[in-house]
Amino acid sequence: MLKELSELFWTFAKVGVMTFGGGYAMLPILQREVVENKQWATDEELTDYFAIGQCTPGVIAVNTATFIGQKKQGIPGGIVATLGVVFPSLVIISILAGFISSFSHLPLVINAFAGIRVCVCILIFNAVVKLWKGAVTNKLGLIIFLVVALGSMLFDISPVLFVILAAILGILLVQIQGKNNGKEASAK
Amino acid sequence: MIFLRLFYEFFKTGLFAIGGGLATFPFLSDMADKTGWFTHSQLMDMIAVSESTPGPLGVNTATYVGFVTAGIPGAVVATLGLITPSIIIILIIAGFLKAFRHNVYVDSAFKCLRPTSTGLIAASGLSVAASAFFRTDAGESLSPGALRPESVILAIFLLIVTRFIPQTKKLHPIVWIAFSAVVGVVFTFGGVPMF
Repeated sequence: MLKELSELFWTFAKVGVMTFGGGYAMLPILQREVVENKQWATDEELTDYFAIGQCTPGVIAVNTATFIGQKKQGIPGGIVATLGVVFPSLVIISILAGFISSFSHLPLVINAFAGIRVCVCILIFNAVVKLWKGAVTNKLGLIIFLVVALGSMLFDISPVLFVILAAILGILLVQIQGKNNGKEASAK
Repeated sequence: MIFLRLFYEFFKTGLFAIGGGLATFPFLSDMADKTGWFTHSQLMDMIAVSESTPGPLGVNTATYVGFVTAGIPGAVVATLGLITPSIIIILIIAGFLKAFRHNVYVDSAFKCLRPTSTGLIAASGLSVAASAFFRTDAGESLSPGALRPESVILAIFLLIVTRFIPQTKKLHPIVWIAFSAVVGVVFTFGGVPMF
């Protein structure tokens, strides 16, 4: 138990230290460490956790860590994985804040992050391609993806709204499919 | 008692900020007004530093604000305050999901949630792309004239090595992040001379 918990802690600390920016930048790192290396979750589960993290309170990175930790080792796992993901922030910020007050104005930092931003775009693109297989499985999925991606980019709509509407749509579909079962079968 | 107050303020932020790190900023701005622990311009600096250090943005900002307010113990207390509501809520949802994941309604809801989640991730990638590939000082509009050719070249290179070359495809993403940081510095991607 202790060994598993310490593995959870350090794996998520590693994910935390390699995440730059918001929760989404964490996705490619999570895919590599948690899905491919440790096989603690699948790509599909990651998309589920991100969707839930969108409409529940708190930082998405933290919510995802709690989910995966809970799945592996119950409640202690959830807590330990979450502490792991915030641990590097605590150490790094406490060190930096003590020394440099205008860290982000240094030319070195500005130029490095302009480069990192390009990389984060490509990594997120690759992550979306990987998620695509499990997430967009039919025409309806494609339509939802396009509406959400464009809607969220072009208009100032809260992600929470998209997530709630999608969940309602999913629930309504069960009703509709229940009624049109015959049609559905012949369409396939 | 400053620590109790810090924990309480960040617990509230963690409880009501829905949708990730950026959602915590309005709460922090409100905190600056109400508590006088830090000023708004200090907050802007703290957010900028949090964006440019490893770790999730919301967590970094909470740690920083806690540190400025009450040193290292303050940083720990603020961060714990921020994550406590998430831990409780997610543990409840995870328990619920375990019991109801195979319910036909829950399953169908997730079939629609997955493309939604993927769409939101794609949109966030595109919004990063807007600042990565276009010069922001050239005005608000993303005109082709404001395109940064050096960013496009780096992006094409990264796309090739992370997707098409079997030997380099397997490398850890952090390798490419570090590589891009070096390229950014060497070719002054930020448009700021190094010396």
